[in-house]
Amino acid sequence: MSGINDFAFKMGTVNGTGSASANGLLMQAIFRMGIPVTGKNIFPSNIQGLPTWYEIRVSKDGYTARPSEVDLVVALNPSTYAKDVATVRPGGYLLYDSTWPLDPDLVREGITIMGIPFGGLCVEHFQGDRDRTLLRNIVYAGSLAALLNIDMDVVSAMLSEKYGKKPKLLESNHKAMRLGYDYAKAHYACPLPFSLEKMDKTSDSILIDGNTACALGAVYAGATVGAWYPITPATALMEGFKSFCEKFRVDPETGLHNYAILQAEDEIAAAGIVIGAGWAGARSFTNTSGPGISLMQEFIGLAYYTDIPAVFFDVQRCGPATGMPTRTQQADLLSLAYASHGDTKHLVLFPANPREAFEMAVQSFDLAERFQTPVFVATDLDIGMNDWMVKRFEWDDNYRPDRGKVLDAAALEKIQKFSRYLDVDGDGIAARTLPGVGGKGAYFVRGSGHDKHAAYTEDSDAYQELVDRLTRKFQHAATAMPVPAFTLQEGADVGLVTIGGCDAAVREAADKLRAQGILVDVMRIRGFPFGEEVRDFMARHDRTFVIEQNRDAQLRSLLAIELGVPRDDMTSILDYAGMPLTAKTVVDAVTRHLAQVTA
Amino acid sequence: MTSIAKPPVRHPSSRTNGRGLTLRDYEGAMSTLCAGCGHDSVTAALVQAAWEMELEPHRAAKMSGIGCSSKTTAYFMKQSHGFNSVHGRMPSVTSGASAANRALTYIGISGDGDSLSIGLGQLSHAIRRNVNMLYVLENNGVYGLTKGQFSASADIGSMSKKGEANEQSPIDPILLALTLGASFVARSFSGDKKQLVPILKAGLAHKGLAIVDVISPCVSFNDHEGSTKSYKFTREHEVEAVHTDFVPLRREITVPETGEDVHAVTMHDGAVVRLRSTSPEYDPTNRESAYAHVRACQARGEIATGLLFVDEGGRDMHEMMRTVPTPLVDVPYEKLCPGKSAMDKLMERYR
Repeated sequence: MSGINDFAFKMGTVNGTGSASANGLLMQAIFRMGIPVTGKNIFPSNIQGLPTWYEIRVSKDGYTARPSEVDLVVALNPSTYAKDVATVRPGGYLLYDSTWPLDPDLVREGITIMGIPFGGLCVEHFQGDRDRTLLRNIVYAGSLAALLNIDMDVVSAMLSEKYGKKPKLLESNHKAMRLGYDYAKAHYACPLPFSLEKMDKTSDSILIDGNTACALGAVYAGATVGAWYPITPATALMEGFKSFCEKFRVDPETGLHNYAILQAEDEIAAAGIVIGAGWAGARSFTNTSGPGISLMQEFIGLAYYTDIPAVFFDVQRCGPATGMPTRTQQADLLSLAYASHGDTKHLVLFPANPREAFEMAVQSFDLAERFQTPVFVATDLDIGMNDWMVKRFEWDDNYRPDRGKVLDAAALEKIQKFSRYLDVDGDGIAARTLPGVGGKGAYFVRGSGHDKHAAYTEDSDAYQELVDRLTRKFQHAATAMPVPAFTLQEGADVGLVTIGGCDAAVREAADKLRAQGILVDVMRIRGFPFGEEVRDFMARHDRTFVIEQNRDAQLRSLLAIELGVPRDDMTSILDYAGMPLTAKTVVDAVTRHLAQVTA
Repeated sequence: MTSIAKPPVRHPSSRTNGRGLTLRDYEGAMSTLCAGCGHDSVTAALVQAAWEMELEPHRAAKMSGIGCSSKTTAYFMKQSHGFNSVHGRMPSVTSGASAANRALTYIGISGDGDSLSIGLGQLSHAIRRNVNMLYVLENNGVYGLTKGQFSASADIGSMSKKGEANEQSPIDPILLALTLGASFVARSFSGDKKQLVPILKAGLAHKGLAIVDVISPCVSFNDHEGSTKSYKFTREHEVEAVHTDFVPLRREITVPETGEDVHAVTMHDGAVVRLRSTSPEYDPTNRESAYAHVRACQARGEIATGLLFVDEGGRDMHEMMRTVPTPLVDVPYEKLCPGKSAMDKLMERYR
């Protein structure tokens, strides 16, 4: 249960009132105290006025999954009082704004209710509606600092960093922080039974979101063309790319850009731009979410059929249709794996966190150019938009992009005839040329039927030869995808199979199950097509649970379709209501199922 | 629909251009369009224009979508790179290719279905983006490959082959382009090669998107009595507003002594386009009057042709994006990757 450096708390506020910066401040302060911490921002698809929550989990053991219960709720949004008070664990605490009388909705047996007049303190000490509204957040952050024993020196240093150049703001923030802190100290026993103590467990880590990580990956991979259409939760990825490019890719002498970002008229055009640029030889990418992937289908098939590299970041959100744009899901697995009409199969990477998102972003460009095909990096809203504590990113200056088989003018000189789709090496990958190269290098890309010489065809044999080569290429790609991440235990006969952002919750669940005497092996799949390692793991475990965040067991379908694993040998654990997965969900499902089987 | 290679026969007396290439060197595969198709004449005009402009074939990229017009990229400049993409989406593919490699000459071929229905959005935004390209819209008012449905450029009252009259108002690519701020707007007729070739050459020299709407009759499905996109109708109703001469950089520019109103526009490479208005009031450098003129012609049932509007002073896509002059594909990786020390420093920002 909860204790020192092991608890969770949650703020329920109204969006657009400035609570995000206060919540971020709290999380960062804990991180700087050396204590592992995770934050989940649960926000509405709205700019101002709707409920929003921020959950912070502190875990000395380094667990980063969403907590299944919270020890303390700060209830600042009357419209969600009833809901918020219900999420406090028995014996937990509720903190409310006592400027107003205690709302009957907030009254609950078995929890401790604490009131601090956040609003009243602001009215008393600050002028103007705007300041009073914004600083109310800093006041509750100050109270939490007292109740949870957050190091005020760390907080002061952070405020100075943030407002160092704006002395007035710095002063008012300091004052607000102090008001909340002092009031809590004066009226309540501080700290609470669960609180913070400095550790040294975060010095090798950073706090970063997955969209920023992917953007940085694109910069380091040498991507030069980015095309996109704004969409939640993917927008920040291109905005991140832009700001990194402004920092790293502007010629200091001329002010000119070594990059091109095109905000397209829609996702279809974004896909077209990326494919045009990929054909021309640039590393190009787009960032989107499910609705964008739906729109891009035709173009994805074109790139597949004509062997053109392109990278697509899909920051998945709750579908179908508009769905819940600010909630997370992993429900695009099938639509990515087989995107577009006709027989198509694609390479997909599944990072579990921002650190891996950075690495896979770089890798995606290598795979796309090596295999001359679309590559998808499938993150989700939770990975993309939340700040995660991950190990610092590293870079090896020896890295060189894998541009794949590209024939330049000199290489063309040495061959008799250039046939664009001729599989010389037997790996399904034919050498390409880039537009602009002379001699025999010119060829005609066509989405219509073409033969290995890139000539138009309606000939059955020539057609089949070409699409069979694409199958060969796909099979070959299976050997180049990242291998799964395994967490194995001696004597385990149950296998947990999972993907992407479920990672943290599933590994935590494995630990909790072990405490109950249930030994499980965990395989987190990191790429599609599946390699031999995936097949082996499925064969080695008689009983497997496939844990994923969609309704229709899409990962299980892929395993059944691609590897022939009997569907009924795999028990699905599905969590698809839009929130990040918790370990409890997994533990409960596994134990319930095993109890049924043995009963 | 198959493409048939032409035999590489070269007549010894064939004239060569400054690159030592003959007209034949700018041809492509044998056309598989219907005999008499207007598009084949446009192809021939493009071959002529490219030869006269002495384009380096492999430095040109032919871009297209889907439809009869889009097929024609296979029928010229066989030594050039080509990209026959998806229906209505040629502009985005060209935007991406141009973003990656700005040094190539992009020739986009589209049709009225490809550009004015499924691809209307892409055309509009390519104009706004001002992609540096020649955009030829082969306009016949009809869907040919699917056998005779009206397209969005069909005039009200124009009759289909089956005898139905079109009732929906047409989209005129010229008025659209003028409205959206296009910097080079021309209309011509596939049957008027003398007019079309200089316009194509000027379009190739233009910095930014040069749209050329070419009325190009469909002999199989829209060349009958009652059609307003037939050869007969177009010949009878075409009214040239501006006569265009294209003077390449290296030729001496002599001022004509015709006494006519001549606008000389210097293209970004130094070549000069001389525009002779057929009426003294018409000014091809004035967007508003160009628009008014096209509308007035329309009201009279006439088709205004010529290089109707040109503005060589605008900013193209790359200028707006402030990209380096070196094509991005040629920027070495070392210049693109910030490296380990920058990464280590950057990580401190996320603490």
